[in-house]
Amino acid sequence: MFEYAPAPESRSLVDLAPSYGLFIDGSFDPPSADGGVFKTVNPASEEVLAEVASAGPQDVDRAVAAARRAFGPWSALPGAERAKYLFRIARIIQERSRELAVLESLDNGKPIRESRDVDLPLVAAHFFYYAGWADKLRYAGFGPDPRPLGVAAQVIPWNFPLLMLAWKIAPALACGNTVVLKPAETTPLSALFFADICRQAELPPGVVNILTGAGDTGRLLVEHPGVDKVAFTGSTEVGRQIARAVAGTRKRVGLELGGKAANIVFDDAPIDQAVEGIVNGIFFNQGHVCCAGSRLLVQESVYDEVLAALKRRMATLRVGDPLDKNTDIGAINSAAQLERIRALSEVGDAEGAQRWSPACELPEHGYWFAPTIFTGVTQAHRIAREEIFGPVLSILTFRTPAEAIEKANNTPYGLSAGVWTEKGSRILAVADKLRAGVVWANTFNKFDPTSPFGGYKESGYGREGGRHGLEAYLA
Amino acid sequence: MTATVTSGLPGVSGPAATPTAPAFDLRSFLHGLPGVDKVGVEARAAALGTRSIKTTAKAHAIDLAIRMVDLTTLEGADTPGKVRALSAKALRPDPADPTCPRVAAVCVYPAMVPFAAEVLAGSGVHLASVATAFPSGQAPLDVKLADTRDAVAAGADEIDMVISRGAFLSGRYDDVFAEIVAVKQACGPAHLKVILETGELGTYDNVRRASWLAMLAGADFIKTSTGKVPVAATLPVTLIMLEAVRDFRAQHGRQIGVKPAGGIKTTKDAMKYLVMVNETVGADWLDPDWFRFGASSLLNDLLMQRTKLTTGHYAGPDYFTLD
Repeated sequence: MFEYAPAPESRSLVDLAPSYGLFIDGSFDPPSADGGVFKTVNPASEEVLAEVASAGPQDVDRAVAAARRAFGPWSALPGAERAKYLFRIARIIQERSRELAVLESLDNGKPIRESRDVDLPLVAAHFFYYAGWADKLRYAGFGPDPRPLGVAAQVIPWNFPLLMLAWKIAPALACGNTVVLKPAETTPLSALFFADICRQAELPPGVVNILTGAGDTGRLLVEHPGVDKVAFTGSTEVGRQIARAVAGTRKRVGLELGGKAANIVFDDAPIDQAVEGIVNGIFFNQGHVCCAGSRLLVQESVYDEVLAALKRRMATLRVGDPLDKNTDIGAINSAAQLERIRALSEVGDAEGAQRWSPACELPEHGYWFAPTIFTGVTQAHRIAREEIFGPVLSILTFRTPAEAIEKANNTPYGLSAGVWTEKGSRILAVADKLRAGVVWANTFNKFDPTSPFGGYKESGYGREGGRHGLEAYLA
Repeated sequence: MTATVTSGLPGVSGPAATPTAPAFDLRSFLHGLPGVDKVGVEARAAALGTRSIKTTAKAHAIDLAIRMVDLTTLEGADTPGKVRALSAKALRPDPADPTCPRVAAVCVYPAMVPFAAEVLAGSGVHLASVATAFPSGQAPLDVKLADTRDAVAAGADEIDMVISRGAFLSGRYDDVFAEIVAVKQACGPAHLKVILETGELGTYDNVRRASWLAMLAGADFIKTSTGKVPVAATLPVTLIMLEAVRDFRAQHGRQIGVKPAGGIKTTKDAMKYLVMVNETVGADWLDPDWFRFGASSLLNDLLMQRTKLTTGHYAGPDYFTLD
């Protein structure tokens, strides 16, 4: 046998302080009297990583005021000057990428293979890409003289902490806005390290402000009257609250919410690659992906073959220490999320779907869930309709292309979809009929800064990334 | 041979225009195999190449890789002396360390088989020979069969044959099939490795089809390359061949070996192949009976890395034998 020896990345690459303040107007401050502190833990071990400030109303006021003060001079800079700062940030991210990858894996639980090979390269790429737009805004197709909106309140989720930060901050700054960003309460650390990068890049104080805290901090920020634009990525439920909160105000809003993507495998698909795509679609980042291919639709004529190949492939997935370079699946981000995944999986059992997981030993400490598939699922099962946001795949079947499209669209969501077939004309015909913001053909979960991303229906509105991503930050 | 008149259909003429039933079946079978997505297979191969193999896993993998090497010399300048020297090295890859395992086989041209056989007799190290008009495969069938029989008679217990890429690419699958069947018969008790020369097949779909064609015709091993064309073994091509032997065993119950050959020079490369075997077909193939490296320069790098692991420091090339 061929057992891989442990190959952990070094923790000593990250210099963590025991506690962190709020990043307002270019400096780290302790929270005001109405704020507080909370702890962030490593989900793979439950060990406390650091104590982090929880911003209260006064902190939010101060951060928004700092962003407002910085907005005038920042937006007045020539685009080429703003680009210099963004390029500088992008290069520092590249230089510090190993440190940031380890930090992200520590705080989030995602495998180092993904934080190192996917997250960090994309983070840098987003800053480089939008740096390139900063002096070309008048050629972006949004009028001859597009103007920034002002102060952007940005609230991001815990699944891709640094990448979502990049998606939000890079276009906002390129367009001349200033930002107040709140990372998720379970993954605040990489945003705080990013604050340090802003200082290293000598970004003018107040252009980027980072407020850590939980949902209350986010609500205060979104509802603050000094904010001109709200950008949110997270659950559909919170997205609804935000939509209600900003309704009737002059604030612009962009929402990137949940999904229940259909990954459609036709009988002429390249089977081995389709299986890789199914695995990548649902087990990438422990399934903590809003556009995850969580609903597999397999043509009945190849169902047995695909299922056997999928099970065989799943048996090779390595679950465990996120810092080990050979780990494929890391820890679930929090105890609360693990509970939600367990509860929905039990609903799947109760509704009569068949659960299967490969034999795998899970670590004793931390939050873990084995990669899981449910067969015998129909559109009438809750696990086929609700977003589980974990490594749980529901497998359904179809008989004809028309049925596949009908089933794929029969969901309250519409963020992404996948099509697997060797037939080019079928790819085009099916993609055209799928109501989803992104349709991947013979691949899945591929991201690129040049490509717009966003949803239909309850998956939100607005687009991030690409030229379209500029529109959300320009008047 | 009466059907020399044209059939009246454009582009269809001559004897080949009258397909026999088996030929039609073979074509539809090969073209009915699931396709290979180029981007996907290359991404998967690259991902497997990032596995980190260290410490005990590395020590185990290096010894395994040494045991899988087909130590090869295939030069026009080969002489009995060169072949004897290479065979001696196969028996004692590292004279300084008796715990170093032997390689799987020595691979030479048919004319050189008797000289290798003298040295290897009774050692358990296999003797492979590239018969069948290696490396072009462009010779009449009777010449190829005679080449094969001579090599086996001289002591080869493994025959590495090349398929006729010309016949394959022009769609004469039946001819390629028949040729492999005939060579397999000429091999007698010797194992047959079928070289697909994947660098000349053009597409990954063709690699999968050629793999199945060779297995259906009776190959014991499928091998990527002769080492004589610019593109030799690659990770994606080997991945497709591994998937093919895996699926073939599931359908027919017969296990076929895989041999990437040409261009694998470093221990790091060899580790990537072993990881791929491990995660694609599993432990059943992690054995010299089922997986081989066709390589001439790989062995010394494996020996250097092995010495580094056992002694803690690198030794220079002069500490390892030339051949």
